[in-house]
Amino acid sequence: MIAASDKVEEQIDEETEFGFWLYLMSDAVLFSLLFGTFAVMSSNLAGGPGGSALFDMKNLATQTALLLVSSLTIALAHHAAHTGHLARTLGWLVVTCLLGAGFLGLEIKELSGFVAQDAGPGRSGYLSAFFTLVGTHGLHVTAGLIWAMTLIAQFLIKGIGLRMTSRLYRLTLFWHFLDIVWIGVFSLVYLPEFL
Amino acid sequence: MREMRTILTGFALAVILTVLPFVAVIGQWLPREGTLWLIAITAVVQITVHLYFFLGVEITGKHRERLSSLLFACVLIFIMVGGTLWVMGNLYWRMM
Repeated sequence: MIAASDKVEEQIDEETEFGFWLYLMSDAVLFSLLFGTFAVMSSNLAGGPGGSALFDMKNLATQTALLLVSSLTIALAHHAAHTGHLARTLGWLVVTCLLGAGFLGLEIKELSGFVAQDAGPGRSGYLSAFFTLVGTHGLHVTAGLIWAMTLIAQFLIKGIGLRMTSRLYRLTLFWHFLDIVWIGVFSLVYLPEFL
Repeated sequence: MREMRTILTGFALAVILTVLPFVAVIGQWLPREGTLWLIAITAVVQITVHLYFFLGVEITGKHRERLSSLLFACVLIFIMVGGTLWVMGNLYWRMM
């Protein structure tokens, strides 16, 4: 009887996961259009500073490393939840949160620095598109952080179960998806400016 | 769920594919054109690595429907982004 209801629950979870996957695909369309807009606007500097004058390699490399490692730690959190290790799950989730917060902190510092140098989103078409693209990614990371902290609280209250593991799995998908978007950001927006 | 070995393999590949374009940009060994190609190729390969090792996109197996919905999203992206670049590029050329 218990096994049968577990089976039903597992199927419900699988359907929810696919529904979440479809949301991610619509988000992929959104980000692709922001990338497209950026590509169109990238030469419209209006006499303002371009990326080569603004971007800092050390900052970019640190941000990328933080997000990449957090991709590993969240996968490890899910692996730990799946194998029933509560403490390990919580530990990896906390590490993921710290890495994500570090990423976000650097991004806020960078963007507010641009605004302080009179290179805010209102300066040129290039900067508008840049702030929209990078800001939307940052907002997604913020949402992911809130979600991860909510899950930490839920894990503490409810413990590990099929339902909780499925929730963590969806966060894992979301987080990896954001890392994929970041690959696009550093490859298309940042790195070419250093050449 | 992802096996530990899958996770670690995916991460190792992702690290290599991230470090490669960064080192190429910092070192500037290749001509500008070559570095841009390297960045583009490593990005595409790394996205594929993430999709396969972390997001569970596979050609056969349990999550097959993920690949078909991803391909559908790619068609939409191709039409919308490709169309945007085409129209705006054409406009730019005519305004020259």
